[in-house]
Amino acid sequence: MKPQQSPWVNSDEDVLGLLESMILIRSVEDKIASSYSSAPVRTPVHLCTGQEATPVAVARCLEQGDLVFSHHRSHGHYLSVGGNLVALFAELLGRVDGCCAGLGGSQHLSDLEAGFVASVPILAGTVPVAAGYAWNVKVSKGRSICVSYIGDAVVEEGVFHETLNFAATHRLPTLFVCENNLYSVHAHISVRQPDRTITDLVEGHGIPAVCVDGNDVLTLRSVLEEIVHLVRSGGGPAFVEAKTYRTKEHVGPSTDWHLGYRLESEGAEWAKRDPIAMLENYILRHRSAVSRSRIESIRVGTMKRVEQAWTRAMESTPVSFEYAEEVVFPPARSPHE
Amino acid sequence: MSEREISVSQAVHETQRFILSTHQETLILGLNAASPTGMFETMTGLHDEFGSDRVIETPASEAACMGIALGMASSGMRPIVIHQRFDFAILAVDQLVNQVAKWHFMYGGKLRAPLVVRMIVGRGWGQGPQHSQALHAWFAHVPGLRVVMSSFPQETRNNLYWSVLDDAPVVFIEHRWMHLVKGNVSSGPPTPEISSSIIRRVGSDVTLVSTSFMTVECLVAAKLLAGRGIEAEVVEIITVSPLDVGKVRDSVSKTGRLLVADIGVAQFGVSSEVIFAVLEDGGVRLRAAPVRIGLPSVPTPTGPRASAAFYPTSITVANSVLEMIGASESSKFDEKRTDLELDVPNTRFLGPY
Repeated sequence: MKPQQSPWVNSDEDVLGLLESMILIRSVEDKIASSYSSAPVRTPVHLCTGQEATPVAVARCLEQGDLVFSHHRSHGHYLSVGGNLVALFAELLGRVDGCCAGLGGSQHLSDLEAGFVASVPILAGTVPVAAGYAWNVKVSKGRSICVSYIGDAVVEEGVFHETLNFAATHRLPTLFVCENNLYSVHAHISVRQPDRTITDLVEGHGIPAVCVDGNDVLTLRSVLEEIVHLVRSGGGPAFVEAKTYRTKEHVGPSTDWHLGYRLESEGAEWAKRDPIAMLENYILRHRSAVSRSRIESIRVGTMKRVEQAWTRAMESTPVSFEYAEEVVFPPARSPHE
Repeated sequence: MSEREISVSQAVHETQRFILSTHQETLILGLNAASPTGMFETMTGLHDEFGSDRVIETPASEAACMGIALGMASSGMRPIVIHQRFDFAILAVDQLVNQVAKWHFMYGGKLRAPLVVRMIVGRGWGQGPQHSQALHAWFAHVPGLRVVMSSFPQETRNNLYWSVLDDAPVVFIEHRWMHLVKGNVSSGPPTPEISSSIIRRVGSDVTLVSTSFMTVECLVAAKLLAGRGIEAEVVEIITVSPLDVGKVRDSVSKTGRLLVADIGVAQFGVSSEVIFAVLEDGGVRLRAAPVRIGLPSVPTPTGPRASAAFYPTSITVANSVLEMIGASESSKFDEKRTDLELDVPNTRFLGPY
């Protein structure tokens, strides 16, 4: 399938909205990174710095009632759909006001009000779960779609293919979004997969698949608009591969060039295509009504919002072991009725 | 209330049919869900009656289907996942253990996974290493899963109904030979009830604790022992996890002798857990060392002679009791059945009990 751009015309405010959303994700990840060593964050964080464009573009195509499923590198997915920021920070801090009461940490997020159902760190963990939700949507004749975010390594998991087979057989309203950032932990895709594209692999399941530049939010937005429409209108599942790059280490707050599994020069090439910088350049060149100071005020306002959320999260109480014991099982039905 | 006699497989069948009729959020999915052979009579006609949105014939994708069932459950449905053999469910263990079991916990109590996974333990007729495993102890080891053994028809009906309506995930374990066992059930629909354990026979000399088909063997053993003047109390454990050994403890306080017979491998199994749970607070005094009866740590042999020697029987149980009470070697029972008879269900003892 060739990427097709919809005739979507974006207003200045639309474009600034995309920018603000990407800046929010970047600022949150930066805040986590800068506080990681000093603050009582005791959870492995998989930061999505550099990958902000895909979730922001996807989120702009979603409607109320649509559902999002994610994995360990999920902060961007969560924030892009409006996931509660204080609850995210509180979750990372293991506090009762966390989005999962402090029991999940960075790798298990959920904000049902925002339509962000669940993230898990087991590769492909939520892929079939998204299809299960999509089954419910289909049999209840709803118009929602289920978005299943994956990384490039997930296509190496068996359950991914099982789910694609099922979703295609039953034409489930599921959009699979693969952020291909080239590396699974420290292994380059070339040592993990043969010389064929991910979209070729997916098309083998009878599912339409497109590959797009995952750092170009405007192109992504146009292409996704078409695909989301296809899925929503009963066309069955679809697949998008967004090529992108994470600038931080696999897990943790720092960079990892010293490990030598990827070259700093490769990172420098990708840095030229930073999604936020690309959109800012576009705005300054093509949106004459938007001033540099407007962009700056978005940045300052966002950072202030992030700082305030962090402060509020730090004020929350740590979750107790007693609460953990309480929620192993949901309240049981009476044994006799 | 009047009663009627049905088999365990009929109990599973009519309970599922009842639930599908009365609870629109329920559905059944799995390999062979729509098979004309009816999965040992537990699924006969359900697909034709309820259609392919309620009874779903799935691809051979056990792992995905477990996760899909989780998504269905989390979104408000109540799926029953079926595995014609327990062994096939192993393909779905990542989803069951990593996701389903922790779904409520890891989201701080926000999300639920109200689903049931039926797993059927095979036995006999050369089922062999990959068609006869009883690995319920695995799942009992995982916090967040309930593990319920199907029992006689009445309890099977009520426990299965309760398991579907409860908001926690339940691993519901059936047994091919238990499917054939008959018993009386109340007329009318099942009632949602869960049993932790049930006293099947009252006795004062020894407590025989059993799971699944070993209940049949223990009841037969109790009859044999009664002929020697030994009265065995038989306590069947139905909910393996969370485990409640209250009735076992009360019984052992009376008899002073404890034997636990489980359908799984003895090592690291349910028997050991039951024995320890009864004894750990030091409140119960035994007159003889406790005995666990289970499978040896050997994969199930396929050949009938090897298979016959592999499974413990009522004779194994009865002779162990005789040993516990210090009876002479000559008083022990002699197994007169042939190897081939041990490879098929013993039609002399199909209940009702």
